[in-house]
Amino acid sequence: MAEFEPVLLRRILRKASVSLDAYRADGGYRALQKAVGEMTPEQVVDVVKASGLRGRGGAGFPTGLKWTFLPKGHPGPIYMCINADESEPCTFNNRILMEEDPHQVLEGIILSSYAVKATVAYLYIRYEYGPAARAMQQAIDEAYHAGLLGKNILGKHDFHLDVYIHRGAGAYICGEETGLIESLEGKRAWPRIKPPFPAVEGAFRKPTIVNNIETVACVTHIVDRGADWFKSIGVPADPNNPRDPGSYGPKLYCLSGHVNKPGVVELPLGVTVRELIDKHGGGVWKGRSVKAVIPGGLSMGFLTADELDTPLDFAGPGRVGCLGLGTAAVTVIDDQTNLVDVLYNICRFFEHESCGQCTPCREGTGWMLKIVDRIRRGLGRKEDLDILVEVGDRIGIMPGTTICGLADGAGWPVKTAIRKFRSEFESYIRRGTKAVSLPLAAAGH
Amino acid sequence: MSVLTPEIRRRIEAYIPRYPNKQAVTLPALHIVQDELRCVPMPAIREIAEMLDLSPAEVYDTMTFYGFFRDENNKLGKTRLWVCRGLACQLRGGDDVLQRVCERLNVRPGQTSADGHITVEFAECIGVCERAPAVLIDDAGRGPVEPEQVDDLIDELRRR
Repeated sequence: MAEFEPVLLRRILRKASVSLDAYRADGGYRALQKAVGEMTPEQVVDVVKASGLRGRGGAGFPTGLKWTFLPKGHPGPIYMCINADESEPCTFNNRILMEEDPHQVLEGIILSSYAVKATVAYLYIRYEYGPAARAMQQAIDEAYHAGLLGKNILGKHDFHLDVYIHRGAGAYICGEETGLIESLEGKRAWPRIKPPFPAVEGAFRKPTIVNNIETVACVTHIVDRGADWFKSIGVPADPNNPRDPGSYGPKLYCLSGHVNKPGVVELPLGVTVRELIDKHGGGVWKGRSVKAVIPGGLSMGFLTADELDTPLDFAGPGRVGCLGLGTAAVTVIDDQTNLVDVLYNICRFFEHESCGQCTPCREGTGWMLKIVDRIRRGLGRKEDLDILVEVGDRIGIMPGTTICGLADGAGWPVKTAIRKFRSEFESYIRRGTKAVSLPLAAAGH
Repeated sequence: MSVLTPEIRRRIEAYIPRYPNKQAVTLPALHIVQDELRCVPMPAIREIAEMLDLSPAEVYDTMTFYGFFRDENNKLGKTRLWVCRGLACQLRGGDDVLQRVCERLNVRPGQTSADGHITVEFAECIGVCERAPAVLIDDAGRGPVEPEQVDDLIDELRRR
């Protein structure tokens, strides 16, 4: 196979300027020019559908298909919401895209808005991403000045778009698309019961598309280089499984934890965990070996050291018991780490971030935290592990007890940790001692 | 007397045309007020509500959903220093950083140093995992900040 050439990181890796002029000199806004000049919005939707692009935010839903759920011939307004809440722990690819190549992101926003006939795009950025928000605002200002935003964009009659940044206030749940919409509307970010899906009734009760930053950045390149080019990268759909939409295109993988070289790398979908760690992450730090890996953000669950050949495409992690590819944020945990502490950290996160709307999630995440904390403090009981699995199995959208997937994501790491590392938890409980002393300041929830 | 200055009101009003209804300006308004006043006092909530044609209860409901905003009894210091306790940071010593910051400023997370300069918070993952252990200074990430670099960081923030 030919050496993969980065697409989304192409300008970032050579530290290209973020200015509009520099972006244009590198071929930027060529795709937008092409779409506006030669393609109808429907043709843009068609090429994105044909590319097989699936959402990069975590769920992997086919982007073009999502766009076709908008009501036909709607008088408008239609809203585009760009999800830059990026709060899945250990995930930072969208931050880097916005900070270091904001026009690439903005071109994707404008193109996607053109495709779905949105007249306003809200860019919902988590509060913690101040430099990203400022880089994007700078790019938006330049784009207005250059006639790439506003009325009659690039001289195209009737193509109007305003882009506004809307900053969050530190809540994980705002990454859930209907939580994001509620938050945008000025309310508590309680996810909505679906249907209706946002494409039918979303922001301000109007048809709305919610797309992730990396997803819209891919749209630019698909329009520029075509669906066939995009489909030549990644893992083709399984011909024996009509429900597999494949895993096409490049993907940004975030590497963190106990690797020598943490960072973001861009590779075709389907790279193995082992290659990511050894070739791109410089191996496990301090000459140690892997105990566990989280393949796609905390809510995906754990891989063991025996599962490092798992390909990180949309289907791979699911085949070894994880929830899915998630955000493709790979966190490496070395063999000297106590998994009870790791699981405690994860449970604490989900308990903190449960929005409180659905009782099974609000209470379940709290129970799981208390039980793991009890184990951590050396007071665990043998039956605690089964109780944890039982709680994890019963909270979430999959068992049908909650409105959104936060609780599934809270349950999955607990279930996979205990299923795959049961003996470590059992021996910890048997010893009845806490292996680490916790700093006082960090000890409270 | 109004707690929102004409300048704050002008900035809030500038957001209104961006949205089809005024309620959507709630978060921007809360951010603007907290940035300026270092908290969102009850009279400000009532004034925001009046500007946005809402009940104060609606503004208060939204404000308190996000643990981000402070009332007048919990005013922020000049700089808000968030220490990340996310997993990627924990794996690389984030808990020790938080411990060191708290010891150095003699506070617990959520509190402000006696000189009013620095409010310490723990953060859930701030998305700076490639530079763990990381901190967030107001809204900008920085890392790695090792425990032994905490003293210098605090000196720097105090000079601001």
